[in-house]
Amino acid sequence: MNLKLKIWRQKDANDKGSMADYEIQNVSEHMSFLEMLDVLNEELIEKGIEPVAFDHDCREGICGMCSLYINGEAHGPDRRVTTCQLHMRKFKDGDTIYIEPFRANAFPVVKDLVVDRSAFDRIQHAGGYISVNTSGNTQDANAIPIPKDNADLAFDAATCIGCGACVASCKNSSAMLYVSAKVSQFALLPQGQVEAKDRVLNMVNKMDEEGFGNCTNTGACEVQCPKGISLDNISRMNREFLSANITKG
Amino acid sequence: MGNLNSGVPNGDLKNKWTNYKDSIDLVNPANKRNIDVIVVGTGLAGGSASATLAELGYNVKTFCYQDSPRRAHSIAAQGGINAAKNYQGDGDSTYRLFYDTVKGGDYRSREANVYRLAEVSTNIIDQCVAQGVPFARDYGGLLDNRSFGGVLVSRTFYAKGQTGQQLLLGAYSAMNRQIARGKIKMYNRHEMLDVVIVDGKARGIIARNLTTGEIERHSAHAVVLASGGYGNVYFLSTNAMGSNVTAAWKAHKKGAYFANPCYTQIHPTCIPRSGEYQSKLTLMSESLRNDGRIWVPKNKKDVESLRNGSLKATDIVEEDRDYYLERRYPAFGNLVPRDVASRAAKERCDAGFGVNQTGEAVFLDFSSAIMRYGKEQALLKGLDENDTSLVKNLGQEIVKSKYGNLFQMYEKIVDENPYETPMMIYPAVHYTMGGIWVDYNLMTSVPGLYAIGEANFSDHGANRLGASALMQGLADGYFVLPYTIGDYLSDDIRTGPISTESKEFEEAESKVKEQLNSLVNNNGKHSVDYYHKKLGKIMWDECGMARTEEGLKKAMEDIKNLRDDFWKNVNVPGGLDEMNKELEKAGRVADFLELGELFAKDALERNESCGGHFREEFATPEGEAKRNDKDYTYVSAWEYKGEPSKAVLHKEELVFDNIEVKERSYK
Repeated sequence: MNLKLKIWRQKDANDKGSMADYEIQNVSEHMSFLEMLDVLNEELIEKGIEPVAFDHDCREGICGMCSLYINGEAHGPDRRVTTCQLHMRKFKDGDTIYIEPFRANAFPVVKDLVVDRSAFDRIQHAGGYISVNTSGNTQDANAIPIPKDNADLAFDAATCIGCGACVASCKNSSAMLYVSAKVSQFALLPQGQVEAKDRVLNMVNKMDEEGFGNCTNTGACEVQCPKGISLDNISRMNREFLSANITKG
Repeated sequence: MGNLNSGVPNGDLKNKWTNYKDSIDLVNPANKRNIDVIVVGTGLAGGSASATLAELGYNVKTFCYQDSPRRAHSIAAQGGINAAKNYQGDGDSTYRLFYDTVKGGDYRSREANVYRLAEVSTNIIDQCVAQGVPFARDYGGLLDNRSFGGVLVSRTFYAKGQTGQQLLLGAYSAMNRQIARGKIKMYNRHEMLDVVIVDGKARGIIARNLTTGEIERHSAHAVVLASGGYGNVYFLSTNAMGSNVTAAWKAHKKGAYFANPCYTQIHPTCIPRSGEYQSKLTLMSESLRNDGRIWVPKNKKDVESLRNGSLKATDIVEEDRDYYLERRYPAFGNLVPRDVASRAAKERCDAGFGVNQTGEAVFLDFSSAIMRYGKEQALLKGLDENDTSLVKNLGQEIVKSKYGNLFQMYEKIVDENPYETPMMIYPAVHYTMGGIWVDYNLMTSVPGLYAIGEANFSDHGANRLGASALMQGLADGYFVLPYTIGDYLSDDIRTGPISTESKEFEEAESKVKEQLNSLVNNNGKHSVDYYHKKLGKIMWDECGMARTEEGLKKAMEDIKNLRDDFWKNVNVPGGLDEMNKELEKAGRVADFLELGELFAKDALERNESCGGHFREEFATPEGEAKRNDKDYTYVSAWEYKGEPSKAVLHKEELVFDNIEVKERSYK
């Protein structure tokens, strides 16, 4: 298929940036979206034009490094996939595709389609852990049985890949889904109980400090999340926050 | 050619590690505050080492090329992590895990290291559960296990098909706690481009800030490389796009011996390649072989019909299918080790039985498992077990709960529903057992320079068993290195901060800048990927699943010529002082172009077949790998001498006192 691409180009963080037009021919439907961009970049290099910078690494939907806002949707038109798993069979000959970076105040653009998501890391520094040192003599892994349902829910929350699609999709640029996934994972496990109250207060405060917006329950984050992280986690975090705020806040 | 000293402590195998820990020098907590350690890489090994060293009180500086430490490629590991917990009561033990690992590695690993690995494996599971890693559990709330290739027990702990992700996020959370305390200083989007050696000791690194392009000097009392494997030398592999050998190779050029580069794992179950534009290959976890049966048609005419689309896999009746692993290896069946399964797939495809248009694919079929699970569920729920469509639905639900994310991943890439039609798979480069040579302390041949995880060579011999990479990465980082490095650093308590103003830092920095300059100013005619793809083709054709003397000689020459051409004609657009992804790739491919030649040289020198190294000249009449224990029971550790082809071989003789060395049979 032949496609028209409109891609955001921005030299660096200080540059104003603008959309640029490109055309690409003979795209196979079996290509992944990023492979299509690889081919475009090879052609640009050939022509002496600087290739388009974009983040990517594992190319199997798990590292969370790839991003891209494609035709107005984080990770593009397919569901439950990251951009690297999106395939060109989701497009058709003659389509015009708009490719932009994830947009949020807390995610400044570094170059072209690359954004700085270090705010996500800083939220984790504020409490995304259980305080246990490596010792080789913690208690046996089977010492505390965990109900399977809780273990499964904790796992589902823990599958968040930290890509930022939730923030990019939210009209308020809220990071509630991301933060609630970590808060939920630990709140559902006995090991996470000890620090649960401090954790939720600290992480939520940090989230606000980093400039992420508030949640108004539109649910766009859940729809666009490549891992299907559930809105239930936000409810759970709100409960945890409320209870922590009353007793500790 | 000399004999290398591995520094394995004396005494009974079972007590070596305990006695060693009792006798090493320790650094007191007040002194640890004055000691800096650099860790390069944040996968399971680097992440766990960084966290643990910081918990102990050292000042840790950690580097990764990704935008966050959570993205290192350990995150993509799917199937699980081994540990000799014997929760299933099926006869597992430390010795049995040790035995399976040494046998699985085709008797080319170091006994004492492997035993230690098996010994600390149980601590890993305890540690991870304490961190909040949500492993799979049964209805009683206890941890569940599954089985992996090459073993007869169920010792693999897992979190669906995302075990690596959960373990890495565990290590990442432990790091975050130390970053918050200021004990780890994290350098994201930084790439190590050289190691700096002062007075014979590793004392720092030169790194490029990948956002600004700035070249930075960082000093420390010791440097730990946790930079992963070099599978991307093949261009196409299951590694992440950015996975590279640069840190390890730069260390090699500064004196660290590179061991067994030819030991590469070609993983049997990956999604076949689809076209020239292909950028990487995707693994389908080995855990699928618990329930999937591998087959090709018995008859060529069915193969033809499959290829031209007149027949579907499901149309071929049971009698016309060749379950070749079950046929050839009745004892282990579909769960033979990876090297054996890969070669068997290649054998069938070479014989003309490949099931897709390229002729390079076999089926991985879940229909038997779906029906088996479905019947069980029907019985449990009191439903009609003879209602085929009901049983199928129930069975699909179980398979979904076990492998859901893998099936989804397959469907997204291939656009076929693997619940209804068998998956198509083919072997692909996955893991490198070879790596930087290390002694028992995990120290390289350069004092103060350590290598852990996939970056070192030590534990997997010539073939790694499934679910053992996660085990090794975390064992090295959580439980081994934090002890052994203390023994070395105890001499550094009075050294004080290491200056970055020395001539050694100066020289290393200017060399790095020189190379980067020549790359961006070359203005040649071919892109970096052009060279990487050519290198990958040479590697796959001549150094892939089957190797020959003639092919390897040709590969060495071809790679050298390609390297010369690269430096003359590569085109790297963009500048030095900015984010420049092509420049990053160029530096990595330049190093792959050197490593590839050493790889071929190593494969050529090893006149035997063992594990992932299969030389066509050395095979049994049945086509199995034929080892030569008399002449090759050693580790090949190569010393850099200006050109890969001039590398000098040092041998570490392998001694097996606690295990009988015999032909590795899975029949």
